[in-house]
Amino acid sequence: MIELEGVSYSYGGGDLLQGVELTLAPGSFHFLTGPSGAGKTTLLRLCYGALRPTAGRVTVFGRELSALDRDGVAQARRRIGVVHQDCQFLDHLPVAENVALPVAVSETGQTADPGNLSELLAWVGLGARADARPPELSGGERQRAALARAVIMSPEVILADEPTGNVDWEMSQRLLHLLIELNRLGKAVLIATHDLMLIRAAKSQVQARVLRIADRRLTAAGADL
Amino acid sequence: MRRLTGALTGDGQAARVVPPTGFTAWLTVFTAAAMAFLAVFALALSFSAGRLADRWGEALARTATLRIAAPEGQVAAQTEAALRILEQTPGVAATRALTDAERRALLAPWFGPDLPVERLPIPQLIEITEEGEGFDPQGLRLRLAAEVPAAVLDDHTRWRRPLVQAADRLRALGWAAIALIGGAMAAMVTLAAQAALAANAQVIQVLRLVGARDAYIARAFTRRFTLRALGGAALGAAAGTGAVAALPREGAEGFLTALGFAGVEWATPLAVPALAAVVAWAATRTAARRTLRGLD
Ligand SMILES: Nc1ncnc2c1ncn2[C@@H]1O[C@H](COP(=O)(O)OP(=O)(O)OP(=O)(O)O)[C@@H](O)[C@H]1O
Ligand SMILES: [Mg+2]
Repeated sequence: MIELEGVSYSYGGGDLLQGVELTLAPGSFHFLTGPSGAGKTTLLRLCYGALRPTAGRVTVFGRELSALDRDGVAQARRRIGVVHQDCQFLDHLPVAENVALPVAVSETGQTADPGNLSELLAWVGLGARADARPPELSGGERQRAALARAVIMSPEVILADEPTGNVDWEMSQRLLHLLIELNRLGKAVLIATHDLMLIRAAKSQVQARVLRIADRRLTAAGADL
Repeated sequence: MRRLTGALTGDGQAARVVPPTGFTAWLTVFTAAAMAFLAVFALALSFSAGRLADRWGEALARTATLRIAAPEGQVAAQTEAALRILEQTPGVAATRALTDAERRALLAPWFGPDLPVERLPIPQLIEITEEGEGFDPQGLRLRLAAEVPAAVLDDHTRWRRPLVQAADRLRALGWAAIALIGGAMAAMVTLAAQAALAANAQVIQVLRLVGARDAYIARAFTRRFTLRALGGAALGAAAGTGAVAALPREGAEGFLTALGFAGVEWATPLAVPALAAVVAWAATRTAARRTLRGLD
């Protein structure tokens, strides 16, 4: 569904990423690790078209990204759920509306089914915070809201950047469980994380590949993971 | 047009994604109100000047009088000569020598009805009806002086011609002012919209992240600004119309007291908010599309 071939990226200085090969197939589950500043977030942004590679090719749902215009990228993003590392929200709208935002902007004329919405909010433990504004949420609550927003459109690919960075172990297990459930429905999942415990917990439940960015290259992580 | 009405009535949710507050809101409302207020005055000016131009134009419509005060015995000959000259003068549509009865009627207010016209040295009068641009009074006077020395050309309404021209010019200036007001409003709304877009770069980024098309984002801003301009202009137009209605009306002749609307013209200020909405819509749409294209 998302394919990176020989992708390099540079913010202007030297290459941050070099010759990256990555295929996110339906039903696949990937973890992405690597030291801080290695380029995990950058790689995710390349996957959903927020950045264009300086070399190589990114193919999204069978279309080469460089051939897509803005509307094409927007269309593709509706099929990709993204949990941003610095979860971005519309601060003037309540949490529930933020979570339902992908539905609202999809221009399909539909609105989020209130039943589904509250179920989803309850699942991420935000049932009682639906009417709060995002700035009033704790870091962990924001991450959970971001995850809820990422999955509400039932996207084919879920890219999560440190989705459990600020939550306790129990909640991180819950969020992981949600992602695993979605993966079992055939969604491709990619989680960038430093959390080795989370990776271990996941590997006991799903067939997950662990990738590592080090020294500008994307490689399979050691067998200890 | 459908897109414009869509911007006003449709997707309210789209407008919600833009934070509601900010100085751009008040800037737009205030600008629209002030411009609408001015536009109503410009409208009143145009209509009033137009009415004056029409009225004065009709008055000078096109008659002049030739008076022939010749010694008895020469009147008939000179009248005939004058008629001949007039016939050849470009710009003269028709001429008619006034009959004795008509002349008597003209003088009756002063001398009573029983005036013996034939025996008094009352001048012969020829009524001239002009056509097109009218005749050239200087040329005609010169010719008459040479051939009909007793003739005096009285183009009494001619002095009003510059006034009519001035009124016409004023009407045109009024319309030009309306166009300029529209342009100034478009510029202000564009600036306000651009400021709003710049201030909401974060919002735009979030919207794009969740798959919003640029057209959707643009619509959210466009709707906001169109509604604000509509509201502000409605206030301004209402205030302007009230101010025009409150102008003193006594002394129906003067230009200053004639400034205002007449009859159906009172409905025209209604068009001002609608026009403001169209201008704001077009300006915001252009600004939004341009900004979004430049924003990565
Ligand atoms: N917009 C940018 N312009 C220039 N440099 C950038 C930009 N964004 C990120 N970088 C740099 O690129 C490098 C990789 O950043 P990235 O966010 O991808 O790292 P990361 O692996 O996600 O790190 P972390 O684990 O801390 O989230 C960093 O050195 C960062 O400073
Ligand atoms: Mg990162």
